[in-house]
Amino acid sequence: MMPAMTVEPILRAKGVNKSFGALKVLFDVDFHVMPGEAVGVVGPNGAGKTTLFGALAGSFPVSSGAIQLGGRDLSGTSAAERCRLGLARTHQVPKPFLGMTVFENVHVAARAGAGMDQTRATAEAADILRRTGLMPLANRPAAALGLLDRKRLEVARALATQPNVILLDEIGGGLTEAELVALVDLIRSLQADGLTVVWIEHILHALLRVVTRLVCMAEGRVLAQGDPRDVMAHPEVQRAYLGSSPE
Amino acid sequence: MLDSLIQGILLGGYYAVLAAGLSLMFGVVRFINLAHGDMAVLGALGSLWLVQSAGVVVPLAIVITLIGMAALGWLMQRFIFERALAGGFLIPILTTIGLGAALQNGMFAAFGSNTQSLGAHIGNLSWSSWQLPGGIIVGQLPVYMFATAVLVLGSLHLLLTRTAFGRAVRSTSTDAEAASLCGVDPRKVHRWAAAIAVALAGLAGIFLAMRAQVTPFSGPMMLIFAFEAVVIGGIGSLRGTLIGGIVLGVVQALGALISPQISILAGHLVFLAVLGWRLMHVAASERGGWRAALKAVFNKPDLSRSQA
Repeated sequence: MMPAMTVEPILRAKGVNKSFGALKVLFDVDFHVMPGEAVGVVGPNGAGKTTLFGALAGSFPVSSGAIQLGGRDLSGTSAAERCRLGLARTHQVPKPFLGMTVFENVHVAARAGAGMDQTRATAEAADILRRTGLMPLANRPAAALGLLDRKRLEVARALATQPNVILLDEIGGGLTEAELVALVDLIRSLQADGLTVVWIEHILHALLRVVTRLVCMAEGRVLAQGDPRDVMAHPEVQRAYLGSSPE
Repeated sequence: MLDSLIQGILLGGYYAVLAAGLSLMFGVVRFINLAHGDMAVLGALGSLWLVQSAGVVVPLAIVITLIGMAALGWLMQRFIFERALAGGFLIPILTTIGLGAALQNGMFAAFGSNTQSLGAHIGNLSWSSWQLPGGIIVGQLPVYMFATAVLVLGSLHLLLTRTAFGRAVRSTSTDAEAASLCGVDPRKVHRWAAAIAVALAGLAGIFLAMRAQVTPFSGPMMLIFAFEAVVIGGIGSLRGTLIGGIVLGVVQALGALISPQISILAGHLVFLAVLGWRLMHVAASERGGWRAALKAVFNKPDLSRSQA
C-alpha cells in the first residue's frame, strides 16, 4: 500500500538513454507524470519524442536508465506485459490490423490487453466503438478505413486494453477543426474518468486545451517542463522552435 | 480424363496440408522454413517407427506423431527460429537449410535408407476402392485423406477467424509490434503457430507414408511441392492453399495422362506461369493497371515528361 499522504508519479523515466547503433537518440531523459494528469510533449521533428514513447511502452529496451509504472520498475518487461500493466500507446502512423474488422481490432485488445473474457470483451469493444464514433464502421475491414478513422481506431484499440496511462502520438495531425474539437472532447472525457494522458502533438492549440503541463524536447534532451506558458516562453524552447542564434 | 481429374483433386488435399504449414509459418511468423519437407518426412518415419518397431496401432501412432511434431515445432520456435529471426534475413535461411540437412542424415542414420510405407499396416484400406457410376474407380484412402485435409484446414480456418486465439494470431501476423501494444505476446503466438505448422507437416508426412513410400531424403521434393501450392493459391489464405494444392494435384494428374515423365514437370510449369502472372500483375498495378502498363511498353517513351 502506498502511504496515504504522498502521491507517487504513475509513470516515470529516470536518466533514460537510447542509442540505435552509433546514433544516440535520447540523452538522460528525466520525466514523470502524476496520476490523472494530462501532459503534453512538444518539440521539433527528430527531437526524440516518438523514441521516448517507444522506450516507455517497451517497443525496444533502453540503453540505460529506468522506467517505472506505478512505482514498479519496468526493465525486462515486454511491450505486451506493459500493456497488461495498464500502459497503452498509439502510433503516429496508425497500424490497424488490416485483415480484421474494426470490431475485431478492438476486441483483440480487450481480450489480450485487458484480459477480459469473450462476453465482457464484446461489450467493452462495443462501448468503445460507440464512444469513439466508430460504431457504424464496426464490421468493415480495417483496410477500408480512411486516415481519420484509422486514427480513431488506433485510439479505440489502445482504450480497449483498459489503460491507466495512455500515450498518444500525434493523433491530431491531418484532422479538420471540427474533428479536432471532437478529439479534444474525447480525450477530456477520458481524463475526467481518471485516465492519465501523455500526448505528443504539433497542433498546440488543441494540445493546450487538454494538458496542464508541457514537456519540450529537442535533439534527444528535455529542454524544459512545467506550466505550458512558461515552457513556451523558455529561451531554449524558443531557440529550438524558431532556430534563432544561441547568442 | 475424368478419372485423372478426380485423382488430381484428391491428391490436392495432401498438397494443401503440406503447404498450409509452410504458409502459416511464413504468414504469421514471417519465417521461411526450408526444413519443412524434412519435418514432414520425420513425421512419416516417426509414425512408421512407432508402428513397425514399437508395435503401436496405426491410429494411436498418428496421434502420438502429431502431438510429438507439435511439441517439436514449439520447441524449435522457442530455441532456434526465434534466435534465427533476430539475426536478419539470411540467418533463417541458413539455419533451416542446415537443419534440413541434419534431419535428412539423422533420419538416414536412425531409420536407414530403405523406402518404407505405412500402406502395409492399414489393412485393405490401402487398396480398397469404390466404383462410381460410369466405371470410375475411386480409392477409399485418397477420399479419406482428402476429407481429412478439408476437415483440418476448415477447422484451422474457424480457429483463426472465430476465436480469441485466432484474432491474436491474425493481429500478430499483420503487425507484431502493434499486437504487442494490444497485450498480445507475439513470441507466444509464434510458438503456437510453429507448433501447428510442424504438426501439419507431420500429418502430410503420414499421408505420404500411407499412399506411397518415403525415404529420409524425400523432404526437398515435398518442400518444392509445398512452395508451389502456396504460390499458386496465394499466401495467407487457407482456402487459397487448398485451391493451390488441388490445382497442383490436378495438373500433375493431367500431365501424367500425356506421359508419366511430364507429371511433375507440368506442376512446375503451372507454378512458374502463376508466379510470372502474379509478378506481372504487381508490376502492372504499380504502373496504374494493365492498360497503362501495356501502353508504356508499346508506346515510345514520353521524352517531354522525363525531362521535366
